[in-house]
Amino acid sequence: MAVCAVAALLAAIPALTASKAAAAEGDEPSGTVTLVAYTTPREFYEEVIPLFQATEAGEGAGFEQSYGPSTDQARLVASGLPADVLALSLAPDVESLVAPGIVAEDWDENEYGGIVHNSVVALAVRPGNAKGITGWADLVRDDVNVITPNPLTSGGAQWNILAAYGAQIQEGKTPEEAIAYLRQLFANVSVMDRGARDSLTTFMAGQGDVLIGYENEFIFAQNAGQPLEYLVPDATMLIENPIAVTLTGDASGVSRAFVDFLYTPDVQRIIGQKGFRPEVEEIAAEFSYPQPPQLFTIEDLGGWSQARPEFFDPENGIVAGIFAELGQDAG
Amino acid sequence: MTAGAGARPRARSGPTSPYDGQGFLGPGITATYLGLLVLIPIAALLWRSVAGGVEGFFAAITSPPAVAALRLTFTVSLVVVVINAVMGTAIAWVLVRDEFPGKRLVNALIDLPFALPTIVAGLTLLTLYGPRSPFGINVAYSQAGIVLALLFITLPFVVRSVQPVLSELDREMEEAGASLGASTPTVLRRIVLPNLVPAILTGSALAFARSVGEFGSVVLIAGNIPYRTELASVYIFGQVESDRSDAAAAVSVVLLVASLLLLLTFDFFRRRVSRHEEPVA
Repeated sequence: MAVCAVAALLAAIPALTASKAAAAEGDEPSGTVTLVAYTTPREFYEEVIPLFQATEAGEGAGFEQSYGPSTDQARLVASGLPADVLALSLAPDVESLVAPGIVAEDWDENEYGGIVHNSVVALAVRPGNAKGITGWADLVRDDVNVITPNPLTSGGAQWNILAAYGAQIQEGKTPEEAIAYLRQLFANVSVMDRGARDSLTTFMAGQGDVLIGYENEFIFAQNAGQPLEYLVPDATMLIENPIAVTLTGDASGVSRAFVDFLYTPDVQRIIGQKGFRPEVEEIAAEFSYPQPPQLFTIEDLGGWSQARPEFFDPENGIVAGIFAELGQDAG
Repeated sequence: MTAGAGARPRARSGPTSPYDGQGFLGPGITATYLGLLVLIPIAALLWRSVAGGVEGFFAAITSPPAVAALRLTFTVSLVVVVINAVMGTAIAWVLVRDEFPGKRLVNALIDLPFALPTIVAGLTLLTLYGPRSPFGINVAYSQAGIVLALLFITLPFVVRSVQPVLSELDREMEEAGASLGASTPTVLRRIVLPNLVPAILTGSALAFARSVGEFGSVVLIAGNIPYRTELASVYIFGQVESDRSDAAAAVSVVLLVASLLLLLTFDFFRRRVSRHEEPVA
């Protein structure tokens, strides 16, 4: 009950500010778009929103923006935070809003499969790569110390673990061998932060030889002047970041227009410049992102609906089992 | 010991307070305020923790990672409380009894851990005592790192509890003891310390309660490896993130009950120490 009250209170705050912003725009019913997004694309949206407002469709549109960890954002929306556009890290977070009736069941049934930008799972190493890391196999060496967020805490870290697993399958291992690889990998993990940003902090504080993360995060860190190198393993996973317009939000069509705007060539180009891989193929081709020969997607692992419970169920999932085994070894 | 009773804070006399029986306004406001702020949220938490049934509650608190996290939390919290009880008392002593330049500044510094956002505290400690430590001290991602962060966060409790009692302590008692031939250690042990014990216990209990629930300052420095360096607060966070609010609430209830038990135990000892002196007064 108390939880509901708090959520309602939280929900009321953006609603109030949103209505005020809309009023400030004048009398014409221009609509206000409340964008609820995960943290990483913040810079991108802050650049693109003014561009949208300069178009005919976006003229006079007000914007409310909320950024936070993807799964937290989905949870807030589920408990009442108003949202018109959802830009989250992984499809299951959007999918979780289908049952409460916030997102249409067919949200991903469009030309782009509901995806707005992509990235791949990559490995960051120290400048100079003194440990000679070249791919997944090096991560289970005795002398290598690995950093990754906890996949049970961070939805984003689930990409990392599935990439490590899927890469083993791509290399011809059996599922049992791939799970054994994950066990060795977790034995080498010295710090497991709650999310990708914290893991980057840990790595930049000097801990670990390899940080598993997303290519776009590493490009972002490099652009911010952080001293790290990264490599894209030959076998790795395509990260697909979804976007959706809610059923419960703005009915004026501005939100839909905004999402359509994100797929225009110029905006997709900005996506590429920000370190993501554009979803629109012609634009993606303009960028020289490394093309891993054995790139696979979540569909190759049975889709999220199968992989999530199988790997990340906090009690019976593969990862929880590995944690328990490693914990007993240590204890 | 006679004068000791005069040095006790008035509030402890409880039922003999002159403000008793002056209408319902005070108690009414207090009850409403406490109810809204503390009792209702805690009741909601308790209710939530058994939402999955009593078996669900016990399954949540006896799951191996939860047990490991709780054990680590209580162990490091006790270590932290013992260290800060000793060091906090020593700091309070220096601040009350010694004169030195910059004393007021040091006195003000004591409260800084309260003012600093805990995540900033964690980041700062990580920079100073992590892998890139300018002093060559690296305790990050180990239990020592957790203890360090908690020591920092809970430092003010014992200092601020002991300080006022110590400054009100009648020095004539100590002088009387000394003039009767008691050595300095004897004076400290027989006169000063018994007067300080209630305050030290109060401060320690607060420090313990704060330690078991602390999240922000430890999350960056703890390592968070399940079964090894994952604290209960971080484990609870993980449960929330995995949409297992019932389990999160259940483990939180264990933290609350343990803190409550410790607060009551310390209060019991404090009363015993106090009662021990009262008949003399």
